[in-house]
Amino acid sequence: MATETRELTCINCPLGCQLTVTLVDGEVTSVAGNTCKRGDTYGRKEVTNPTRIVTTTVPVEGSATERMVSVKTASDVPKGKMFEVVAALKGVTAQAPVAIGDVILANVAGTGVDIIATRNV
Amino acid sequence: MSKELERHAIVVVGGGPAGLAAAIGAYEAGERDILVLERDTQLGGILNQCIHNGFGLHTFKEELTGPEYAARYIARADELGVERRLGTMVMDISDDRVVTAVSSEAGITRIQAGAVILAMGCRERPRGALATPGYRPAGIYSAGTAQRLVNIEGQLPGRNVVILGSGDIGLIMARRMTFEGAHVQCVAEIMPYSGGLKRNIVQCLDDFGIPLLLSHTVTRIEGRQRVEAVWIAEVDERMRPIAGTEVRYPCDTLLLSVGLLPENELSREAGVELSPVTRGPVVNESLETSIPGVFACGNVLHVHDLVDYVSEEAATAGASAARFVQGAVDADDAQRIPIVATDGVRYTVPSTVSVERMPEALTVRFRVGNVYRDHYVSVYLGDDRIQHRKKRVMAPGEMEQVTLKRAELLAHPDIASITVKLEEE
Repeated sequence: MATETRELTCINCPLGCQLTVTLVDGEVTSVAGNTCKRGDTYGRKEVTNPTRIVTTTVPVEGSATERMVSVKTASDVPKGKMFEVVAALKGVTAQAPVAIGDVILANVAGTGVDIIATRNV
Repeated sequence: MSKELERHAIVVVGGGPAGLAAAIGAYEAGERDILVLERDTQLGGILNQCIHNGFGLHTFKEELTGPEYAARYIARADELGVERRLGTMVMDISDDRVVTAVSSEAGITRIQAGAVILAMGCRERPRGALATPGYRPAGIYSAGTAQRLVNIEGQLPGRNVVILGSGDIGLIMARRMTFEGAHVQCVAEIMPYSGGLKRNIVQCLDDFGIPLLLSHTVTRIEGRQRVEAVWIAEVDERMRPIAGTEVRYPCDTLLLSVGLLPENELSREAGVELSPVTRGPVVNESLETSIPGVFACGNVLHVHDLVDYVSEEAATAGASAARFVQGAVDADDAQRIPIVATDGVRYTVPSTVSVERMPEALTVRFRVGNVYRDHYVSVYLGDDRIQHRKKRVMAPGEMEQVTLKRAELLAHPDIASITVKLEEE
């Protein structure tokens, strides 16, 4: 039985809890140091399938005041896909009016996750 | 000054996260005559350019981006019908709470406020404050300016970047500019620890293999028209560059993320007492400044790292201002107990407490002066230690807090001071 521990900093919120994740034969057996449920989920995921929310901007047309609208992945995507997500948004332009939550690009980079607006323009 | 004085119960200076939450807090405490003055053309303040996620976990139990977090408060202010004037800049606040504002539409207006809430936020420490030698070429930006250029204007300020200072905005911009195709070579931090949040080191630097050079600083900037290179040297424990450690980094852009300063020009001119540590107003448990009826909250009071705490603090300031104008509280006859910050605790907000006025549980926020491992945060009422809580790590970049309970203070009636300090055991 191969036991391994990994020290991580939880990134879910600015508290940045120090996590100790214990793995036995590659399977997570415990997460310690977290102060909430999200920390446990993050610890388990980070050592097996790390994911991130990607936030960026795309140009917006038809607004008198704004040139850009901020967007994000509607849920987290695999960490290794972050650059593909950003690349997939090159050339994408939003049309005002845009409301928070509007889908700007569906199924970005084959992740099954939509890009949604995070600002009302 | 021919115009007649306009009157409002509460005037909030600034329509960012603090100002919005303060206005909502005042409304919810029963005050209806509230006016928010904002110099920008929209509400939301700096959150509008903070497009990254991580806001709102404490307030809304979900993870929002800056614009989304701001939109929730703007929607609430709209729903309550809180009056606001945009494009309106406050020029002066007098010690009897006359607020002078200017806008292109209305010209100069003077408003007699029953209470004033200071919510002007903070500014970035500029390059001039750092005394970096060299010419003044193009390509040197504060991290927040670069953030505005990228996220609001859609312009990339450079392609080959070095960042000086590990403040959160610098860390966020390291990732942001990497996504936009720039090469971010490193972040140099003069202190032996980061000024930013741990989570930002992980997800903005480590994720992208961007090195964080602790105890390093920029010693020289090359280039006359445009930045061509910066030199980075290691520093000794007194922060002096160590000879022979200089390395040249060819680059076209230097971002500065070297600290935030509360923007208190108005407070200073009004005669509000400022703390030399926070550079924000000295406040009591009601977040009232040295001028009765003038309250402060958010980054103008002390620089926060969590907007959720700004909102919480601002709601308190709003409620206090409402109570003040409703006359529920006598101005300053209440007895004040000073909170002494010592042994690693740099300051506390608030810095005095009135047992009479305090809520059942009062949040006292503070920062530590160094990195402390396995230390205890202790609270003493007089000589009696009432709290002793172990923390694995505390760092200057992360705000800490303790809660004072009114019942405990009532049980210690004759204390001269409350002490918040760090102890090894």
